[in-house]
Amino acid sequence: MDLGISALNYVNGIKNNEFTVEEFISESLEHINQVDKKLHAFLRINDFAIKNAREIDTKIKSNQNVGKCYGMPVSIKDNICIEGSKTTCASKVLENFISPYTSTVISKLNSEDAIIIGKTNLDEFAMGLSTEFSAYGPSRNPWNTDYVPGGSSGGSGVSVSANECIASLGSDTGGSIRNPASFCSVVGLKPTYGLVSRYGLVSYANSIEQIGPMAKTVEDSAFLLNIISGIDSNDNTTVDNKNQDYLTDIDAGINGKKIGIVTEMTNPDGLSTDVLDTTNDAIKTFEKLGANCEQVSLEMVRYAVAAYYTITSTEAGSNLARYDNIRYGYEFDSSGFEFNSYISQARSKFGPEVIRRMILGGFVPSAGHAGKYFSKALKVKSKLTAEIKHVFEKFDYLISPTVPIQPFKFGEKINDPVSLMMVDFNTVTANLTGIPAISVPYKITNGLPIGIQIMANHEEEHSLLQAAYALEKTVDLPEVPI
Amino acid sequence: MTKIGLEIHCQLTKLESKLFCSCKADYRGFEPNTNICPVCMGIPGSLPLLNKSAVEKATLIAMALDCKTPNRIAFFRKNYFYPDLPKNFQITQLNAYGNTSIGWEGKISVENKEIKIRRIQLEEDPGRLIYEGATEKTELTLVDYNRAGTPLVEIVTEPDFETPHQVREFLNILSDLLENLNVSDPGLEGAMRADANVSIEGGSKVEIKNIGSFHDLEKAVHFEITRQQSLAERKIEIIQETRHWDDGRKITVSARTKEEEAEYRYHLEADIPWVRIDDNTKNQLQLHMPESISSKKERYVSKYGITSQVADILSSDRYFSELFEKANNETNAKDIANMITTDIMGLLDTREKREMSKLEGDHISDLVEYIKSNKITRASAKLALDEVIKNGKPLSQIIEDLDLGHVSDEATLSDIITEVLNEEAKAVEDAKQNPDIVNFLVGKVMQKTRGKADPELTLVLLKKNLGVK
Repeated sequence: MDLGISALNYVNGIKNNEFTVEEFISESLEHINQVDKKLHAFLRINDFAIKNAREIDTKIKSNQNVGKCYGMPVSIKDNICIEGSKTTCASKVLENFISPYTSTVISKLNSEDAIIIGKTNLDEFAMGLSTEFSAYGPSRNPWNTDYVPGGSSGGSGVSVSANECIASLGSDTGGSIRNPASFCSVVGLKPTYGLVSRYGLVSYANSIEQIGPMAKTVEDSAFLLNIISGIDSNDNTTVDNKNQDYLTDIDAGINGKKIGIVTEMTNPDGLSTDVLDTTNDAIKTFEKLGANCEQVSLEMVRYAVAAYYTITSTEAGSNLARYDNIRYGYEFDSSGFEFNSYISQARSKFGPEVIRRMILGGFVPSAGHAGKYFSKALKVKSKLTAEIKHVFEKFDYLISPTVPIQPFKFGEKINDPVSLMMVDFNTVTANLTGIPAISVPYKITNGLPIGIQIMANHEEEHSLLQAAYALEKTVDLPEVPI
Repeated sequence: MTKIGLEIHCQLTKLESKLFCSCKADYRGFEPNTNICPVCMGIPGSLPLLNKSAVEKATLIAMALDCKTPNRIAFFRKNYFYPDLPKNFQITQLNAYGNTSIGWEGKISVENKEIKIRRIQLEEDPGRLIYEGATEKTELTLVDYNRAGTPLVEIVTEPDFETPHQVREFLNILSDLLENLNVSDPGLEGAMRADANVSIEGGSKVEIKNIGSFHDLEKAVHFEITRQQSLAERKIEIIQETRHWDDGRKITVSARTKEEEAEYRYHLEADIPWVRIDDNTKNQLQLHMPESISSKKERYVSKYGITSQVADILSSDRYFSELFEKANNETNAKDIANMITTDIMGLLDTREKREMSKLEGDHISDLVEYIKSNKITRASAKLALDEVIKNGKPLSQIIEDLDLGHVSDEATLSDIITEVLNEEAKAVEDAKQNPDIVNFLVGKVMQKTRGKADPELTLVLLKKNLGVK
């Protein structure tokens, strides 16, 4: 059985009785069992996956209504809540946290008969871009296990890339979907802020983050977006997309479309030679597809990473303040503690990157320093948003390589936080401005993937997916060596 | 000059649900930690959902206090660690990036003095800490989150008060106003709390917290002024500090000598999009704003000739003024008002009694009419009121059930009088010498009729019978 098939082919396979849900799920579980010891994409496997599969098979056999997913195995980043099961955010602080409710995206997947195959690894509280900051050990890149898979949704990227599941949901605060998508050679979409409900996503920087699909194909991304998007009464920031069907006319092409090549994101000084060459090649491909490409400068992009870390640290400091181990958390005897000392003791379980960002988050918005840091960061954000608005009056899309470099080796950057931050250079703009952005696998060089990022204006996912589809159809990539 | 400013926290207890979730706004009477959900417990991944009615009620307060109101409001996070705060930040408001709180620059008149309102904001109440034993020696701190997320309106005044008495008057007026707006029930335990800032000429500002009641607030402010004056007389510096009111010793005590400068790292709450309050909404709110207490009082006096004292009592109480409005049929307004203030207020003097009461406006207007047309005596009217409050039956039926009808029929009354005269032979003899004894005999007739006899007719008949003038 080919576990590497797309979501749409899986659905066809089930409909044509090529295999049953149970057969596919049990073979997937077996595959996970074999490869995940090495890859460590998963933190936990769903013990009820086979039972769920049998239930859906029964529905199919008895001609009952079956949801669009027909039991396809989907993995979920472990910062998205499912009632009655653990959501750890790859942190020791939430080691024993069992969510009392289910997130909106999971409810939607469940009602379409997806099977949640397991919860995937991430950098602790989604802070990082290599999974090296997971409290439970890193995931490994299936293209070369000496290399990081990207992050923070690294486990999700690996699980899709290594065919441990059909698709995955990740979250993207500054590139956390697109970065591992690029590093693992899968499609990763960060939707417009508000298009997908965040209800049940454990907040890191709630003003800019989104849940999004990670999938094998652009069509699969559209398929999943159809399911998870839309207004939600449990999230006041969601927008009404009028049940738009993102699969319709996905093959419309981009003939005559205007594409802006973001100068700051394609600067030869910032890119590795291979990434630069690949980007230039992608530009030629877009032109062959009938689009008009030209350089466009976004001045504020230079400050975007600084603004991003200032804003996200501030919000993280606030969002993670609740982890005081009073209402939930881990076993910890409180006797003998006065509550201030209890809280600080309880919070000593955070890992180094989370602590770094919370210290930063305590400083940059504080009374004496906000003017120099936090307020300036907000100014960059609003100026960048204005710039983006302006360029989308002229262009349909903006493009860049998703990540300025290819996957790096474990430990290579962990002691150099600033160089690690610069890896986010091309991805944070979409988060700061709220626009949708997608990473499309474009090339395998030196045995490691390179992805191309396409951005579009607010709520232009339909058009964005058309461009991504057109690009995807021009490439023919090797199978993952797993 | 003495300057006193207040920070008042008032729960919007009349709302159905909390500020950001669907748990009950009035948490009283629940077992600890049963009026909670993922949102008000700050469970990871939960998101605040703004209660739009809370915004309207708070805006109503701002309008009633003559505040300027914004076209759009925003919420901010105030970050600090405390075990009663489930998220370790409070969602509140802040006039940063322009005025985005519920209201600002308002005013209210207290004893002919204008007290300016600096700011009004909408925020969430934290939970409650319960210490086992004395606070200092407690081994165990328990947290009840039932209150966490209750909608709270904070009203900050300018330091315009000069005396503790003005403070007390202001709080009484404000409390009546909030009750009249039907946004809060200030009588509920903990529904209205206040902190005070006190400074005297040349001294620093001292904040007094932890004050249980308005009565204590007046005392605390009084104590604090005296304390500061006595320091000033002895040329001792008055330091800027926070002091707590010690309810047992009736004094203020320093909370900490060196209060750390508060660092709240305020920033926008992105989970709640800015809320527009357009002119149409404001007009609608203004249109449905309950009549103010002063306008009610004025109307009661000028339109119905109700005395100023009665009008004052009636208008400042939402429940009884509503009862008056319902009972009032424009003909017996003054009598209705008097009956409410003299008889009914005494019978319904607690919240529980009011909630249980079956008394309707019609009962009161009927009763007043019955008294006027001599169908019932005042004494019987009280008995009838007791009964109506209990069972809410129509007045006519209660009079029949209890046999409270007026005895003004001459034949019936004559029979009773004859009976009394036979029983009281000595008094009859005495009455011929001393006419005052007649009143004793009237009393005896009233006794026999259980207060139903028409007193005037009884007197006439008795005198006729005894042959006295």
